[in-house]
Amino acid sequence: MDPATKLALNAFKNDGETHISIQQEICKTCVEKYCIYICPGGLYSINEENGELLSEYSGCLECGSCKVACPHGALEWNFPRGGFGVQYRYG
Amino acid sequence: MEKIDVVVVGGGLGGLASAYCLAKEGVKVLVLERGDHPGSKNVTGGRLYLRPLCRYLPEIWEKAPLERLVTKEIITIMGDDSSFTLKFNSEKFRKEPPHSYTILRSKFDRWLGELVIEKGGFVVPQRRVSDLLKKNGRIVGVVSEGEEILADMVIAADGVLSLMSEKANLRGPLPPRHAAVGFKEVIKLSPEKIEERFGLRHGEGIAHLFFGSITHGAFGGGFLYTNRDTLSLGLVVGIESFFKHQPTTEIHQLLEEFKKREEIAAVIRDGDLVEYSAHLISEGGTRLLTKRYGDGILVVGDAAGFTLNMGITVRGMEFALASGCMAAKAVIEAKHKGDFSASTLARYDALLRESFVLQDMETFCDNLDFLENPRLLTFYPNLLCSIVEEFFWIGEGAKKKISSTLWKGIKEGLFNVAGLKDIWMLRRI
Repeated sequence: MDPATKLALNAFKNDGETHISIQQEICKTCVEKYCIYICPGGLYSINEENGELLSEYSGCLECGSCKVACPHGALEWNFPRGGFGVQYRYG
Repeated sequence: MEKIDVVVVGGGLGGLASAYCLAKEGVKVLVLERGDHPGSKNVTGGRLYLRPLCRYLPEIWEKAPLERLVTKEIITIMGDDSSFTLKFNSEKFRKEPPHSYTILRSKFDRWLGELVIEKGGFVVPQRRVSDLLKKNGRIVGVVSEGEEILADMVIAADGVLSLMSEKANLRGPLPPRHAAVGFKEVIKLSPEKIEERFGLRHGEGIAHLFFGSITHGAFGGGFLYTNRDTLSLGLVVGIESFFKHQPTTEIHQLLEEFKKREEIAAVIRDGDLVEYSAHLISEGGTRLLTKRYGDGILVVGDAAGFTLNMGITVRGMEFALASGCMAAKAVIEAKHKGDFSASTLARYDALLRESFVLQDMETFCDNLDFLENPRLLTFYPNLLCSIVEEFFWIGEGAKKKISSTLWKGIKEGLFNVAGLKDIWMLRRI
């Protein structure tokens, strides 16, 4: 099962604005792309047209792995605003 | 809102336990929780050991939403295409007071939040805290959703990524070497099926850990816990270690591979996936924080790095609950003195040192050095499985003596520099 199908089962409250801001200039020079490999939600990808890093922030599980893993400090990662983001029913 | 004595940042176990103990003693306490309710952002494997908590929270357990009493402890060593399982049953696990229960955090923390409210504490959900308020170098409150909230002091209970303790200069960001990511599926299955499948008595459960090739050599392992009518199935993988082993797939793929293994597929069949979650785990222990207290602030639970991987047991939740209770005790003493300075709040550290929390953290502080040895997760599991396989296998030819099979395995596995080094490392655990 792909992660997107799993995430569709979760309860999310989507904020209009992202809680992950990406410094594209840094990401363009990054060879490791650890964020893509570490995200349990599989939410990071590269836009093939312009080479930019994309994050599907609305499916974020809020673990923070991407922030910890990024060796270049390119991700400014915050918790979503109060009352937004994933709402675990089991946890 | 009337003047608050203590603001607690985060409605998890550490924050709620401290708020509960404070409210019980008539202290005006406010818990700010960023989720819809306490527990809505929290995840466990997992199970809670109750005995260490007898001293700190003796009275709350009767109505607690606990899932299953763990009476079977199972460890499986996973080779690439074989596995070896150790299963331990003991009547002792059934003795009162209970030893350990599986729990689900969304339910458990929500209930604990209700207890805080019953005792007169305030629990306000949907409130993210973005900053600390400082005055003359002392912490005097927090900023939440643009509003300044003043208090005599703050308890930072904001979890493994604790922004509050960073802002108070008590710690830096979590380094990848000391962080593991846990991700899990909650799978619905009827209580009858769970009990039949795992050979359990009514209300009882298993705690099953998996080590070996499932993490592709990276530090970590798998877990399977039985809840009332769900299973918690997942993996924990060290972040730095994962990248050291040059991953060829995205991390979520490891869980899919794990689920396809015969050992797992057989027990989760026709279960319905109902939730997918992830959370970070600090593996750095007490190395993470320089101090757990400051002028007007105490740090509890995951925020203070109180999680411990003891190899065959993984702990954290009872540390969070107990540290919360000890923080409350220190706060009450500080309130009597009318002094919330670091020198008075240092009492919290003294209480932690006298307790299982810091004593266990110290005893097992070198475990990580041992557990992240990649040979432990690939070479030895495969070696063990191949020896056991040879015991059971009857091929076309004549069979060797058991002692010679065993000797051959020991010689191959341990009689070399790497093997002897690993044996020497054993003293660390």
